[in-house]
Amino acid sequence: MTEQHVVVFENVSKIYQMGEVSIPALKDVSLSIPKRRFSMVLGPSGSGKTTLLNMIGCLDTPTDGTIEVCGQKIAEISDDKMSEFRAQNIGFIFQNFNLIPVLTAFENVEYPLTLLGIKTTERKERTMDILESVGLRGHAGHRPNQLSGGQKQRVAIARALVKGPGLVLADEPTANLDSKTGASIIDLMYKIQEQYGATFVFSTHDQQLISHAQDVFSIRDGQLISHTSENI
Amino acid sequence: MNTLKIALRNILRNIRRSSMTIMAIAVGAMSMLIFGEFISQIFAAMETQNVCRSGHITVFRSGYFKYGSGNPSAYGIHNYQAVYKLIAEDNVLKPLINVITPTINLFGIAGNFDADSSKTFFGLGVVPEDYNQMHLWNEHQIYLSHSFQPINETDDTHGFIGVGLGRILGLCESLKILDCTKHQGAVVTQSQQSKRDFSSLEEKTDQPLQNITAPRLDLLAATAASAPNVVSFYVDKAVSQGIKELDDALIIMNFNLAQRLLYGRGEKQAVGIVLQLHKTEDIPIAKSRLDQLIKDKRLDLETRELTELQPFYTQAMKMFTTIFSFISAVIAVIVIFTIVNTMSMSVMERTHEIGTLRAMGVKKRGITIQFVIEGALLGFIGATLGIIIGSMLAVIINHSGMTWLPPGQADPIPLSVLTTGVAKLMFGIWFGIGAMATIAAWLPARRAAKMKIVDALGHV
Repeated sequence: MTEQHVVVFENVSKIYQMGEVSIPALKDVSLSIPKRRFSMVLGPSGSGKTTLLNMIGCLDTPTDGTIEVCGQKIAEISDDKMSEFRAQNIGFIFQNFNLIPVLTAFENVEYPLTLLGIKTTERKERTMDILESVGLRGHAGHRPNQLSGGQKQRVAIARALVKGPGLVLADEPTANLDSKTGASIIDLMYKIQEQYGATFVFSTHDQQLISHAQDVFSIRDGQLISHTSENI
Repeated sequence: MNTLKIALRNILRNIRRSSMTIMAIAVGAMSMLIFGEFISQIFAAMETQNVCRSGHITVFRSGYFKYGSGNPSAYGIHNYQAVYKLIAEDNVLKPLINVITPTINLFGIAGNFDADSSKTFFGLGVVPEDYNQMHLWNEHQIYLSHSFQPINETDDTHGFIGVGLGRILGLCESLKILDCTKHQGAVVTQSQQSKRDFSSLEEKTDQPLQNITAPRLDLLAATAASAPNVVSFYVDKAVSQGIKELDDALIIMNFNLAQRLLYGRGEKQAVGIVLQLHKTEDIPIAKSRLDQLIKDKRLDLETRELTELQPFYTQAMKMFTTIFSFISAVIAVIVIFTIVNTMSMSVMERTHEIGTLRAMGVKKRGITIQFVIEGALLGFIGATLGIIIGSMLAVIINHSGMTWLPPGQADPIPLSVLTTGVAKLMFGIWFGIGAMATIAAWLPARRAAKMKIVDALGHV
C-alpha cells in the first residue's frame, strides 16, 4: 500500500459455495488502484468484475488474501464498523440507479449526510450545491418516478459524491441509458471527478466510458490479465 | 430526515395492502373494545345491583355465613345498636360509609288464604329510609334493568314482594302484575279459607287496624325459641328483582316487622349490619378497619365482603374475563399473522432498496428499526381506527333499543355497553395491539437486516 493508492488487493481469491459445488469468482488477484483517477475494470460477463467491485466497495469479503481500502484493512472490522466505513468513504452509483422511491431527489442526495450525523443546515447546503452541480436544482422536490433515466442517474451521482468520499464505485452506470444520455453522464462524472478530486472505479462495457479511462484493469475468468495506466 | 417519515411514506407506497392490513387490525381492535365495554357494562350492572341490595360489607355474628343462614334467629347480633354505633362513629370508617343499616334475613312461609296459596319465602328486613338511600347508589352511573321503588317509611307492616311470588300467591289482579292470569286452583270458598287461615296464630300487637287496601299476606316463621310466629304483611307492590329465583321468593319488609316475626317478644336483634361505601375500591380499607375494631373490642362478629356474599358476581366476572382473554388471544394471533405477512411482502419487494441502504452505510440495526417502525405504525394506526369506530359503534348500540335476556334474569334488559370509565380498557387494547404489531414486525425486519448486501443488490 502506498499513499498514492486508494485500493490494494493482495492475492485475493473469492470462492462461492453453491451447495457442494465451489465456484471460484476471483483467483489470486493482486492490484493497486491509484487515487484521484478514472479507473475501469473491464471484462466479459462472468469474468468476476462485479465480484471485484463488491470487494472494493467492502460489500463482500474475500475467501483468501487481504484488501485495503482507503487505508483500512477490511477483514479486520465488524459489520457495524464496515457500515460506518462505507458511509464515510465510499459512494456507489448503480446500473439501475437504486434511488429510494419514497424520497425526493433532494432527500435521496441528503440521505448519506444524515448517516454521518451532519447538521441540518449544512446538509441542506451541501445537498443543494451538489444538485446544482449535476443540473438538478430545479428537480429537488421530484420523486424518482417523476425523473427521466438520465436525471435519476444524475441524482445517483450526486448522492454518491455529496459526502465527499475517497472512492466512488460505479457498476455499469451507463448501461440503462441511451447513448446520448450516457455520454452526458460520462461528461458529468468526468467533470465532477476533476471538481471533487474523487477516485472513480467503474465496471463497464461502454466504449464511450472506456475512452475516458486513465487506468484499465482487464479481468478474465477471475484473474487480472492486464493493467494499463495513462500517465498524466 | 427521520425514520418515522420514511416509514409513513413506505406504508402509503402500497396503499391497498396497507389499508387491508390496517382494516384487519381495526376490526380486531373494535371487536375487543365492544366486547370489553359490553362485559364492563355487565360487571358494573352486577356490582351496582348487588351493592344496592346488600351493600359492600356485612357484619355478622361469627359462624352465621357458613352455618347460620338456615337458622338466622340463632345467629343474631346481640345489642346490635352498640355495634352499629361503634362502626358509625369510627373516624376511619365514617368518611367511607354511604349507608350503615341493620338487616334481618329470614325464611318462612307466606300465605294468601284468599287465594288458598302459600309459598316459602326469603325475607329481607330493612330499615326503609336506609333501604331507599342504598338504592340511590350508582357509582358507575349506569342504566339499571329495573326501576327502583322506595319502600313505605311510615307503616312497618308494608313492603314489597317479588313479581314471581305475587303470581304464585294469586295476587295478579290486586298488584296489577303484567302477563299474569289468575290460576283456577287459586279460587277457594270462604269456609275453606277460614279453616286454613293460620292468622289466628299471629302474635297480638298494638298495630291499629287501618283502612288498608293493599293485599295482605300472613307470614309464618320460627322464632329464636323455635315457636311458630305469624305476622300480617301488606303488599304495596310486586317488584321485579331481575333474577327469577329472587322474584319467586323475596319479601322485602320493614326491619321492625322482621324483628317481630323472628324474635317474637324476645330480645330484638339484627342478623347483620350492612355497610354501603361510597366507593367499591374502599372495601379493603373498610374491611380491614372493621376486622381491627372487632378484634380490639373482642366481639363475636365476622365481616363478609361483596364477593363473598355474592359468589355469582365473582364467578360471572371470572367467566367473562376468561372469554375476553380468549378473544384477545385470537385477535392477537390474527394481528401477528397479518403484520408478519404484510411486512414479509414488503421486505421481499424492497430487497434492492435494503441492499442499497446497506451499501450506503446503514447498519443492520437501522434496517431492523425501519421495518419495525413500519409494522408498529400499521398496528397503532389500525388500533386507533378500531378504537374510534368501536366508540362510535358503542353509541349506536346504546341507542339502538335492542334487548337481550341474560342467564338467570326474569326480564329482557337493554343491550348496552359501558362508554364511561373505559379509558384504561381503550388504552390497553390500543397499546396491546400496537405492541403486538411491533413485535410481529421484528421477525421480517430481522430477516431484512440479515440479508447479504451483494445478494440483496443482485436480487431480481
